Amino acid sequence: MEQTSGNTHIHRDDEASKIGMWLFIFTEMLLFGGLFIVYSIYRYLHPVAFELAAGELDVAVGTANTVILLISSMTIAMSITAMQKGNKKLTIALLGATLFLALAFLVNKYFEWGSKISHGLYPGSDRLHEFGHGDTLFFGLYYFMTGLHALHIIIGLVVIAFVMYRVHREMVHSTKFALLENTGLYWHLVDLIWIFLFPLFYLVT
Amino acid sequence: MSENHTRSVDEPSYLKYKGRYRGIFAWIFSTDHKRIGLLYLWSILTFFIVGAILGLLMKMELISPGKNIMGPQTYNGFFTLHGIIMIFLIVIPGLPAVFGNFFLPIMIGAKDVAFPRLNLTSWWLYLLGAFVVLTSQFTGGGPPDTGWTFYAPYSFQTPTNMLPAVTGAFILGFSSILTGLNFIVTIHRMRAPGMGWFKMPLFPWSLYATGWIQVIATPIVGVTLLMIIAERVLNIGFFNPALGGDPILYQHLFWIYSHPAVYIMILPAMGAISEIIPTFARKTIFGYKAIIVSTIAIAFVGYFVWGHHMFTSGMSGVALYTFSILTFLVAIPSAIKVFNWVSTMHKASIILKTPFYWAVSFIFVFMIGGFSGLVLGALATNVHLHDTHFVVAHFHFIVFGGTGFAFLGAMHYWFPKIFGRKYDAGWANIGWITFFIGFITLYVPMFYLGIAGMPRRYYDYVEVFHGGNIISSFGSIILIAGIAIVIANLVKSAISGEKADQNPWGGRTLEWEVPSPPPLENFDEIPHVTRGPYDYS
Amino acid sequence: MENNGKHHIVPYKTHITVLLGLIVLTALSVAVTSIELGPLTVTVALVLASAKALIVLIYFMHLKFDNIIYSIMVAFIIFSIVSIIVITFLDYLFR
Repeated sequence: MEQTSGNTHIHRDDEASKIGMWLFIFTEMLLFGGLFIVYSIYRYLHPVAFELAAGELDVAVGTANTVILLISSMTIAMSITAMQKGNKKLTIALLGATLFLALAFLVNKYFEWGSKISHGLYPGSDRLHEFGHGDTLFFGLYYFMTGLHALHIIIGLVVIAFVMYRVHREMVHSTKFALLENTGLYWHLVDLIWIFLFPLFYLVT
Repeated sequence: MSENHTRSVDEPSYLKYKGRYRGIFAWIFSTDHKRIGLLYLWSILTFFIVGAILGLLMKMELISPGKNIMGPQTYNGFFTLHGIIMIFLIVIPGLPAVFGNFFLPIMIGAKDVAFPRLNLTSWWLYLLGAFVVLTSQFTGGGPPDTGWTFYAPYSFQTPTNMLPAVTGAFILGFSSILTGLNFIVTIHRMRAPGMGWFKMPLFPWSLYATGWIQVIATPIVGVTLLMIIAERVLNIGFFNPALGGDPILYQHLFWIYSHPAVYIMILPAMGAISEIIPTFARKTIFGYKAIIVSTIAIAFVGYFVWGHHMFTSGMSGVALYTFSILTFLVAIPSAIKVFNWVSTMHKASIILKTPFYWAVSFIFVFMIGGFSGLVLGALATNVHLHDTHFVVAHFHFIVFGGTGFAFLGAMHYWFPKIFGRKYDAGWANIGWITFFIGFITLYVPMFYLGIAGMPRRYYDYVEVFHGGNIISSFGSIILIAGIAIVIANLVKSAISGEKADQNPWGGRTLEWEVPSPPPLENFDEIPHVTRGPYDYS
Repeated sequence: MENNGKHHIVPYKTHITVLLGLIVLTALSVAVTSIELGPLTVTVALVLASAKALIVLIYFMHLKFDNIIYSIMVAFIIFSIVSIIVITFLDYLFR
């Protein structure tokens, strides 16, 4: 037979990739859903401590990061419009903007975590254990959930950079942009999770 | 189901075709769904032999009171490893990964699954996960001893080597999710023209429901296992009562996945049974839509019954009643299926062949397992029976009896299609009856031991339980003999059996319209489906 | 496949409007939660967050322009998450 590899039919189905991407997004939603269950149970069990501990976080930094992520969501959504209109330059520029905003988010996060850690507030620290159970759990969840979220940002950075390269090489173009679209979906998911993390950790004091 | 789509006979089958790679690489790097199905089959068979031997050794330990062949710590390690292997490596991938991979695309008239490379990735992740799990046995502080449930707080306090076991389970979860995702997309996008949702055979339907459970339940256990890892590494305190955490919350999160996991195991098994019975009854399946609806109902309601594993944990009364009622509700769709299978056989001129024997014995053991499940789902009896051998007998009837009988039934049903060869029917029947007798002898005494109060997970017991344990341990030897006969017969037939026809059983679903074994891309042209799946008129 | 490359193009202006809406909602939630509302704070914050999430889902994630099946699936997932949270709380609320 003329086959050269295990699978010969090059079968392109953008709709299938999109359903697959959505299903993946659902798994991510449930992954964080599990953490939101833990958060809500412990908040219910330790209401006062959670409110006081949330007061320790800097609302300004949290708000700045929220706005950064929202803008980055818009830039990547716009990059799809640009792609559909066949504007390669603008697509790359918008993806670059998304990349830059994602980095800005991480830098903010780095300084935020850094200052908390230098104050002795990190999982398993003695200072935290002195504060009591509610604070221990709040900061445990804070580091775990924002950490897992930051990990998703880092993965997003890599994927967006990869898509930029693909757009640059015209392997993703105005009639074949499922990859860009799915990356966009992933990036919006990261934004969605943050939309809930932000009020739960920074605002409800 | 449609006109004949047989390819020319001289075209090489999926077993024979030459790809880019040679030898074993032609298999482990193949993205062909049929080869991946067989990769899973061989991996699962290997792990099953290990898991079964562990089980046999535990039964030998329990043959008389006191220490026989192993001490308590070894026994703890054995039931943990037995559980992890059997649950995560065998029954969860089991039918979907082997028969789902092999037959889903063929049964819906497609050339492959939607994402062939992702499919291969799933298998590699499966292998990686298995490897990581097994390293826990040989490194660090010794084999994990928590049981496969990793209950907190013990799971982050035990000095044994938990990290690899938990990490491995996480990776295996990933593999399972990717398989489920792939199947859902395949079913949404790749059904042959004319095959509407309600012309799809029941095995694909069960895989569809299973896929959804895999996608929405597995992430919860994924994050829970991550939290256990964080707990061990960073001492965060999520489930540590000394730091304010709640161990019962761990149980909630664990069972939010692990109860639906039972349906990941049993739904495809029910799907396979729904294929076997109409073929041998030569009749359209009774209540095709009722079976579909009950499949979805089991998947859906089954997602909300996890608390019945925790009746003695100290949950609130309201939660207890809710979970108990929901548990009883989930029995209804299961009963509908049994009713439909029996009605299909009613007044049919049944052809008695090995797959049919497996199918009817499946119904038998599944009903015993299901009814004992109701005993456990009732709050009052549960208090008495929780953590006794009754529970062990119950879930082995469902998980091993249900999934195991269906798996071997499916194996005997589809064997001629997979390998293009017939198996020795005489030995197959001897294997089946030995397996069946061994199974009953092994697990029925456990019901009585459990009611009498013998707890699970102890290597020792008091003299009063001796009689039942002798019978049970004796049954385990018969069962192992049965397994050996079945495996030996199938392996031998796969190598040197007589050539099989395209359609040895007279089945009407699409997989019987391609050659045995099927060629690389199954169909020359995608068939146009005009009839329902079980049209025997 | 017939569906490849056939897409609704969302104009740039819509994206900007959506972003402005999201930022207004963010500002609103920061402002409202800084007032002492007692237990209402959590409710208000979550309602506003849900509104933002819906906007992102509908516009940025194209649910409005895609096949209805995606919206059904998303609704089903949200229902599942809410259900497991509610059922878990049946334990803790009445313990």
